[in-house]
Amino acid sequence: MHRLLFEKVGDSVYLSHLDLIRVFQRAFTRAGLMLKHSQGFSPKPYVSVALALSVGVESVCELLDFELENDAPVPEDLAQRLNATLPAGMQVREVYESDRKTKELTYLTARLVLEYDRGIPNDAREGLQTLFSGESLVVSKHSKKGETETDILPMLRSFSLEQLCDTELAIRCTVCAQNPTLNPMLLVSAIEKYRPDLRPDFASCRRLEILDAEGKTFR
Amino acid sequence: MTDLLHRILPQVQKPARYVGGEYNAVIKDKSQVSLRVAFCFPDTYEIGMSNVGMRILYGVMNAMEGVWCERVFAPWGDMEEAMRRNGLPLYALESHDPVRDFDMIAFSIGYEMAYSNIVNMLDLSGVPVLAKDRSSLENMVFAGGVCAYNPEPLADFIDFFSLGEGEESTPEILELYRTAKEEDWSKKAFLCAVAKIPGVYVPSLYEHTYAPDGTLAEIVPLEGAPERVEKRIVQDFDRSYFPIDGIVPNTEIVHDRTNLEVFRGCIRGCRFCQAGFCYRPVRERNADTILEQAKACLDNSGYQEVTLASLSTSDYKQLEQLASPLLDYCEPRKINVSLPSLRADNFSRELMMKVQKVRKSGLTFAPEAGTQRLRDAINKNVTEEEILETCATAFSGGWNSVKLYFMLGLPTETDEDVIGIAQLTQKIIHTWREHAVNKKRGLSINLATAYFVPKPFTPFQWEKQISKEEYLRRVRLLKEHLNSRSVDYRYHEADLSVLEAVMARGDRRLGPVILEAVRSGARMDGWNEYFRADLWERAFSVCGVDAAYYTQRGFEESEILPWNTISVGVSRDFFLRERHRAYEARISADCRTGCGGCGANKLLEGGRCDA
Repeated sequence: MHRLLFEKVGDSVYLSHLDLIRVFQRAFTRAGLMLKHSQGFSPKPYVSVALALSVGVESVCELLDFELENDAPVPEDLAQRLNATLPAGMQVREVYESDRKTKELTYLTARLVLEYDRGIPNDAREGLQTLFSGESLVVSKHSKKGETETDILPMLRSFSLEQLCDTELAIRCTVCAQNPTLNPMLLVSAIEKYRPDLRPDFASCRRLEILDAEGKTFR
Repeated sequence: MTDLLHRILPQVQKPARYVGGEYNAVIKDKSQVSLRVAFCFPDTYEIGMSNVGMRILYGVMNAMEGVWCERVFAPWGDMEEAMRRNGLPLYALESHDPVRDFDMIAFSIGYEMAYSNIVNMLDLSGVPVLAKDRSSLENMVFAGGVCAYNPEPLADFIDFFSLGEGEESTPEILELYRTAKEEDWSKKAFLCAVAKIPGVYVPSLYEHTYAPDGTLAEIVPLEGAPERVEKRIVQDFDRSYFPIDGIVPNTEIVHDRTNLEVFRGCIRGCRFCQAGFCYRPVRERNADTILEQAKACLDNSGYQEVTLASLSTSDYKQLEQLASPLLDYCEPRKINVSLPSLRADNFSRELMMKVQKVRKSGLTFAPEAGTQRLRDAINKNVTEEEILETCATAFSGGWNSVKLYFMLGLPTETDEDVIGIAQLTQKIIHTWREHAVNKKRGLSINLATAYFVPKPFTPFQWEKQISKEEYLRRVRLLKEHLNSRSVDYRYHEADLSVLEAVMARGDRRLGPVILEAVRSGARMDGWNEYFRADLWERAFSVCGVDAAYYTQRGFEESEILPWNTISVGVSRDFFLRERHRAYEARISADCRTGCGGCGANKLLEGGRCDA
């Protein structure tokens, strides 16, 4: 299986999962390569991206699996060729072979940046530490079945805080990546629900690393 | 700290359309740029990015040294609301700089339902919406596109119009503006000078006066402005600029594919069709040129679909020379070729079968009228036999669905013609029963009727539009005669088509109405979820303007029409001749069979069109 590691930052965070797949399908064509097509009535070039990323979230550790038509060899300069035509904010970091199945992916680490325009509240660090060390934190989330209630704490494996400047506080966390999955942005929902006084003016999220069941980097 | 725009974006639908950053978007160094153009499309990103004209002019302007042309689209309601709430002005996608900081603001206007968006986009930019309130060269607003042929309803808002094809005239306009800016001309001096560029119409240099009965009494050109402004065309269409390295959107747009232009103009002369007359004379691009452009576009974009765009692709003389190598190129690459606007003739049938080897697309007919008599009156040269024969071929080839488009309210239409639509539909169902290879899957007919809008620069420009009540009566009459479960019938919204007719045929007295409607919340009128007839009705009544005056009165042949100053190259005599032939249900030959002497050939040096 051919795999590539890419990042999706800056304004490319607004591309949806389907947009992203289409962008890669076209980028391969622009690179002069033909992807293997699906069978059937209307054949489509096949690529698979692990762990769909929410719109608005940055990542420096995305994986895409692909196969080429007629099992053509992968050119050595594929990353450069793709990067030459990818939209602003997207970049392929590595192209390699892997036989590890993406279902082995278990955890991911992410960094949330909480922006407090009037300065970080005095009790923010302590308050957040306490909040996320509790027994349970039930938040509601949108899903295909409508609003559902979820306890996020069982899916939160590690949590730490770091002050970036007078107005920005960062949360670094490790969460379950799939079955079940926790969108790190739900930590912000929890703050809004349980500590509205610590609600940030804006929050952003970046996926930093993907891990296997042992907590080792997954490639 | 995250900036305002990026704080807003996570709250709105489809934020990808508001950031730019697409492959092939043009980014220039501001320090090397002396003229900045905000090129606005008064509809959503998805619609605007599908517009070939906009892509051509974006390329033309950015090919100019020191000019940076950027794109601006109308934000969807949620985004507009968030922008207004947070005080974020409308910005251009490439630099994210506010539109109000640009030298020139250009609009491409393809349909009348965008008028409210034009005013709203200016307002959202923080630019004075009325031309008279913009006193300097800054924020010079100009517009082109098919609606510019009757620019009068927009005369209060737009400083000048560029008529016809912009490939050659746009650089002339921009160079003049650059000189004016360098030499610090007054706005008036620039407008007087730009009016001398062929194809440019400056509404403030014409005085319109009205007779007591409300008709136009006189149009007087001022300051030496020309009596008549004739549209521009590109003289050598084969070699004219075509964007082979166009922007590839990151998010799905309406026409998400490579669009190739095969020819401009149309030889058919359907009497209701504004495009058929306004894009004359007929000029073809060589098959070799198109094939090269196709390969370049597909290789550079990675698109999986290519389409041949024109008003009637079957009439392209080199279709066979083009289709075969194009299919040869596309098939092994699994690229889908789509051929809209094919006629129901023999060659097209064969081509259709060839094309569907890659993917089967839908079958669409636009007979426009239900009886042969009315089809002859509107000069729609398609017969029932041709339609049924094509359907038979398609059904035996496995197709199971057909789209049918008609119009209600065409001049001379009777109840018999309306019922004729149902009868033709019934015959198609019968043809399916006889020829379908797989009847289990059933037949699906999507039947749609539009509410006829008599447009300027057609033989029907003098006609009335039927009343809304009469239109709805004809809709009901048709419904009563449709009795098959295979038919899904839809008809155009009545109020929308009435407003379209008012704007298409209107004069300067509509400016205040548009402004009032926008002030009270009208926008995105082309979208069902936004169109509000009540806002417009109120605006007409507040301004004391009678909408029916523009629709149900019709124009006398002797009258001065609001668009009298403008010429698309087709003579008034020709339109009159065609109008009178319509009343006799006499067809006119297509341009290839026999030249009808429309006059558009005179726009070409040498005077010969490619019909």
